[in-house]
Parts: sequence; structure tokens; C-alpha cells
Amino acid sequence: MSRRLLPALVLLIAGCAPSAPDPDQPLTAEEVAPVAEQYATLVAANYADAHASALELRDAIANFVAAPGEAGLEAARLAWLDARESYGQTEVFRFYDGPIDNPDDGPEGQLNAWPMDEAYVDYVEGMPDAGIINDPAGHPTIDTELLSSLNEQGGETNISSGYHAIEFLLWGQDRSADGPGARPWTDYDSSGAGTAANQDRRGTYLLAAAELLVADLQQLVDAWDGASSSNYRAMLLDEQPEEIVRRMLLGMGSLSGAELAGERIEVALATRDQEDEHSCFSDNTHRDVVSNALGIQNVYLGRYGSSSGASLYELIAARDQALADRLADQIQASVDAAEAIPAPFDRAIVDDREAVEATVEALRTQTDSIVEVAALFAITLALE
Amino acid sequence: MTTPRHTARTIALACLLGCSDEPQLAPEPGEALSGGETTVFESGARAFMLSARNLDPAHQREFFVGNSFFNKNWVIAPSSTTARDGLGPTFNARSCSACHFKDGRGRPPLDADEPMLSMLVRLSVPGVDAHGGPLPEPNYGGQLQPDAIPGVAPEGRAVVHWQELPGSYADGEPFSLRRPTLELLELGYGPLADDVLTSARVAPQMIGLGLLEALPEPTILALADPDDVDGDGISGRPNYVWDSVTQSTVLGRYGWKANQPGLRQQNAGAFHGDIGITSSLSPSENCPASQTACAAAESGGAPELDDALLDAITSYSRLLAVPARRDVDDPEVLRGRELFRELGCADCHIPRLETGELPGFPELSRQVIWPYTDLLLHDMGEELADGRPDFEADGREWRTPPLWGIGLFAVVNDHSLYLHDGRARNLAEAVLWHGGEARQARDGFVELDADDRAALLRFLESL
Repeated sequence: MSRRLLPALVLLIAGCAPSAPDPDQPLTAEEVAPVAEQYATLVAANYADAHASALELRDAIANFVAAPGEAGLEAARLAWLDARESYGQTEVFRFYDGPIDNPDDGPEGQLNAWPMDEAYVDYVEGMPDAGIINDPAGHPTIDTELLSSLNEQGGETNISSGYHAIEFLLWGQDRSADGPGARPWTDYDSSGAGTAANQDRRGTYLLAAAELLVADLQQLVDAWDGASSSNYRAMLLDEQPEEIVRRMLLGMGSLSGAELAGERIEVALATRDQEDEHSCFSDNTHRDVVSNALGIQNVYLGRYGSSSGASLYELIAARDQALADRLADQIQASVDAAEAIPAPFDRAIVDDREAVEATVEALRTQTDSIVEVAALFAITLALE
Repeated sequence: MTTPRHTARTIALACLLGCSDEPQLAPEPGEALSGGETTVFESGARAFMLSARNLDPAHQREFFVGNSFFNKNWVIAPSSTTARDGLGPTFNARSCSACHFKDGRGRPPLDADEPMLSMLVRLSVPGVDAHGGPLPEPNYGGQLQPDAIPGVAPEGRAVVHWQELPGSYADGEPFSLRRPTLELLELGYGPLADDVLTSARVAPQMIGLGLLEALPEPTILALADPDDVDGDGISGRPNYVWDSVTQSTVLGRYGWKANQPGLRQQNAGAFHGDIGITSSLSPSENCPASQTACAAAESGGAPELDDALLDAITSYSRLLAVPARRDVDDPEVLRGRELFRELGCADCHIPRLETGELPGFPELSRQVIWPYTDLLLHDMGEELADGRPDFEADGREWRTPPLWGIGLFAVVNDHSLYLHDGRARNLAEAVLWHGGEARQARDGFVELDADDRAALLRFLESL
């Protein structure tokens, strides 16, 4: 605080206060620029990690498909779980029509759509011939182009790709009361001893889905690349200071309230449907919740991994220290609450409802404060 | 936000521009708050997606649940996500939001190759069913479903052809309207009945629907003048439709022809007809007798949408906020508002109404709202007629659609196509298509000079 107050006081005494932390003054480019710069840096670093872990997932899948076996399937599953950790933290970069979800070519639907239309892709219980994989006549060639085109068929998303398609192909349908899906590795064994049909095509599909995932994440890495002067990052940094802060807050507030508290947790609490959870095949939804909550904290504190710098917290603290600290505490509380939800999530919504409810409450509380922060900057932010 | 200083300056400016003989125009109290206390101040792409700003906290979870089941895709049964399976067997879309994208407005396909997604085609044959409603086409039912799950044939594909009709305003400025012709191709279950009746309709915006449900029936009926007793050339007839829960005939409020009595039944009907999802109100799969593969397909449950979820969706559809108007104190907008009244537009598009008590929904009760509708049927002339009766609505009648939000279609849905089949490419064309009882108002618009026409359109854009 004192570090920031001193130059401000000097400016006030000098009779002009372009960056004075006066609550009634609009945000200035000078005070927002370093915050925006650090935001862009952490977004880029986060997508770089997501991309790198997707590459590892792709390699694990390639190894498994080339020589199917129990160990290879397990390695691919672990790589998938690992890839979700960094991707989950990027979801706070959604909701303002940025590179991930702009209506023209944002890949969000292709990357992370849910729920998965299982029978559209592969066999399901009682329908051994279902899905693209089991339709060589209709779809003789399976590649990334096919998955991309099917995903958009009919002008609406028809989910055949992304993390959850890969999850389905690695774990299989989860129709059991306890534990994740239990797809045998032999679903990929074309030696003649395998299970299910079209094992080769299943492997091809799985690998193509992983390739598409990598390509989509590459698009995001490029959009946020600090070395480019013509990408989304460059355009964002040229925006008015209020607009930059509005996007940051809109991403945080939308993920915190409507998406995470509402769509992902409250809906599951209300329906009590065991598989009404995002990573239902792998039973990894508890980690989705934590990584989303962490993403919000990253943006607020201007940090990701080893990178840290100017932050929204400091921007707020310069005008209202108490509000800045309160929101910091609330965000920490929501991360703590999310981490306290026992795994698996599909049991917690039935057996540990209090822990889940507490997370909703923490997220709602911080969402209210995010709206308060917006008001502090005279930014209109309509949230749930 | 309007500050007193702003308003004073605006009025002063208006007078400088030559209003000395006219009474000073000013916004009416609360006019900007189209949805009363539900009104949300958001004019971007999310303008139709937000909950009532006075949302009762007790409704928040239901709103989220409804939102989820409105937006997420339904999937083929059997699936791990058992609450969300049972798509089809035949269907128009995989989710509500596929057509009501961002809770907004649908449109016709932009060209002959684009699938018809946010618009559907109703089908019937002459005559009425047991409850006075349309008689379904024998092999295709009440609606064309252009998509189907694997193993089941889709019903067909609808294409719209357009024909330009040139015309001109009184001051000589030309315009052109495009008249649609519907063609049904690739029929999956043989030819349609020779006397089939069709009606193409876009998905309407979802905002403020609960407020319309909260309008007291006497308020709506007081606006009716079925025999035009007052001689103004405008009738206004209530539609009376079948309520499948009470098993009785009641006032219709929703749909392009006011053929649905309330949101619960409207939503259940849309789930059934558009997505192929059964509910307690529509318990059997939508498979006409000749569609055997459809009837044999796996079900997602009996019903696929349970009552708790139907109720949540209904709450959601009731509680979407109406966005606030923009520029209500702009002199041109105010001038346009006066013209809207003078031309008689406001005789059917009733600006201001008050809601009554909707039990369980304090947010929607006793609100002053600005929907610009009377929810009544009007003869809109031969050019707009679909020739397909729907309960008491005849082939020339349409319900006055609410105008709130029409200025935001471009921002929310990336188009500015209006009327029941999206034939009007802008608001001027929408006005110009008005016929029948609205002919006089339309002719008045044609007579206006360019400045006044622009003012009227500015007003409409501010809604």
C-alpha cells in the first residue's frame, strides 16, 4: 500500500493526478497497463502448460494405440488426468468472447463440451453397433477433419471431440454406482482376442481426438503469444482500461457464479444424478472444481506457476484495501472449500452434501464481491 | 443512466431543433425498465441470458438447473448421463438453446444449403383434433423433424425460397420485401397429405415470459374487441386452447398463434416436438404410426424429463430478465415513440401493462412492464397469412408479439430478421409487411417522410 501511495501523493501535491487511487476517478491506462500485461502473461503461460500436457497426452495415446496393453491404457489415463489440471485453470479466460469462446472460431465447444453423446461416438450398453467408430460404411476415414466437421454438423455442436470424448474412449461408460468407467484395454486390441468391434478404428478415433485437442490448444497459445503484434493479446492490451478490467472480472465472475457454483455444482446437487458431473467417466470432477477455483485466484493475484506481477488485487487495494483483502480471503476460502470436497464428486453430492454446499456458498459470496469490485471501477457487470 | 442534468440538456437540445410549437417530449416514469424490477442493464451479447435482477434467492438453484437443461445437449439413450439422455428419435435440435441461442431469436436459413435450425415447420391437415387443435398430418405429425438418431430416418428437410417484391414509400424512396415459399424435400416417410397445411416459425426470444404469464386474464380480455365494437378497424381476439393438465379450454398466451396456455405446457410441448423428450405432459414418444423404427428406438426413461426438471425449466423460462431500454431520452427516440402512438401501432402493441399476482413468484408479481403486446390475435392480412388454423386462430391471424428486446437481436443473435418466419430483413420491412387490421398503421408509415421514418425505427431499436 505505502509503496503505491507515495507516488500518488506526490502527484496530488503536484496538482495533477492521472493515476491517483481516488475511488471517484476512472481507471487510468497507467495503472491498468501493468495489470493487463501480467494478465496476458499468465494466460499465455497457462495455455502453454495446457498445450504441453495435451502433447504428453497425445504421445501417451499414440504409444497405447501402437501397442495396446493395460500399462499403456493406464499411462494414457494418467496423462489425461494431468492435462485436466492446467486446462481447468484456463476456464477463467472464458465468458468474454476471447480466443477460447468467441462466437466465430473459439474452440471451446470442440475442446471441452459436455455432456458427451456417447452413442454418437462408440458402442454403449445394449447398442454394440452404435457410433461413428462402428460405422465404417458411413465414415470410412477417421481423422481430425472428420471430428471437426461432425462436431459442428447441423449448425449446432454435436459433441464428438475434446477432453470428454477422449475421457470416454479411455474409461468407457460409467454405469456403475461406485468407481469410474471400466473400459478394458482390449477394446483396442485388434489381434483377434480383443473386446468390442472395430478396435483399430477406435484407436484411430482416440488418436485423432488427441491431435485435434493439441491443435485447438495451439490456436490459443498463438492468440496469447507475447511475441506477436497482431493477435488477440495485442488487441486486448490496446483496449480502454475499463474494458480490459471488465473482461477480467467478467471471466472471474461468470466462472465463479453461473458456471462453477451454478451449472457445475448446484445442478448436480439438485438433480442428485450420479453422472450429472463433468468428468463422469473418470470420476475426476472434484479436480475440475478445484482447478476452476484456482484459476480465479490466479487472475486475482496476477500469478501462475513461477510468474507473478501486477494484479487486480493491487488495483483494488489502491482504492479500497478492505475490499481487496476481503475478496482475497473469500477466494482462498472457495479454493479451500473446493479442496475439501471428498472424491468422488458423484458420491459427495449424495453423502457429503454439506461440503459441496459450502463450496457453492463460498463461490456465491465471492461473486457478490466481484460485482462490488466492478462497481468500484464504475463497470457495469451483470452476473448471476 | 439518466441524470437530471442529462435530461435537461436533452430537452433544451430538442427545443433548439425546433419543437417550440410542440409539447416537450420526455420519457414516462419507468419507461426504460421494460421488465419492471426484473430489468437488467446489459445491452451486449448476454442481454437475454440473465436472471431477473430481483430474483428471490430461493429461486437461484432452480434457475441454474433450468439454465443447464435449457443449454446443454440431450444425448442418445442409453448414456452415462442418465438425466440427459433420450434425444429424438426424430428431432429438430439437441437442446433448447440450439434454437433459442443465447436465449434469443431464431432465424430462417441464410441459404438453401444451410439446415433449418432455429426455425421449424408446423404441419396439419384440415379439421380439428378432439380438443379443437390442429389435426396432425397422418405420417409426419404436427411438425417436421429434420434430424434423427442413427437408425431412424429423418422426416425431411425444409428449404425457403425467396421472391423480391419491390415497392416505394410515399416520398418515392424504394424498398423491397422478400416473400418466402416453403419447400419440403427428402421426405423420409412418403408423400405428405395432398391437403397438408404448413407454417414456418422462428424461435422467439425467451425474455420476460414469466411477466406475461403474470398478466391477469381480465387485463388481456379488457383489450379484446372481437367484433370491433369501437369501430377502429382492430379486433383483437383471445385464443382459447387446450390445457392438458386441467383438461379444459383456457386462454392462450404463448406461441406465434397464442396456442399454448402457460409456460409449463409450452416447454413440455417444445421438448416433445423439437427435441423428442417425453414428460408427464407429453408421455409418449413423438412417432406417428407409420414410423416403426422411431417407435422401436431406446427410450431415455419414462418420462425422459421428470417433473422436477420440467418445473426447473419452467422457472428458468419465467425468470429471464428483460433488458433495459437504451436512449429513452434521446429526442429522436421520443419523436419515434409519438409516431408509434399516432400511427396506431400502440393499439395492439400495448406499451404499458401491470402484472398481477403469480403465486410463488414475487419477482414477477405487481410489476409495471413495457412489453408492447396485447397477447391477442389479429387479422394480419393475406400476405402474412399461413392459412393454417390453430385452435380459434384462423389462417390470417397472429398473436401480437411482444416487442421488448427487438433492438438487441443484432447484438445477441447476429441478425436483424423479424416476423414469424424471419422474412423481414430489418424493422422497416417488418412494419411494411403488416396488413389486415394493421394496414392503416402500415400505410401511415409509408406516408411518413424520411426523418419521421428514421425516428420511428430509432424508437423500435431502443426497445
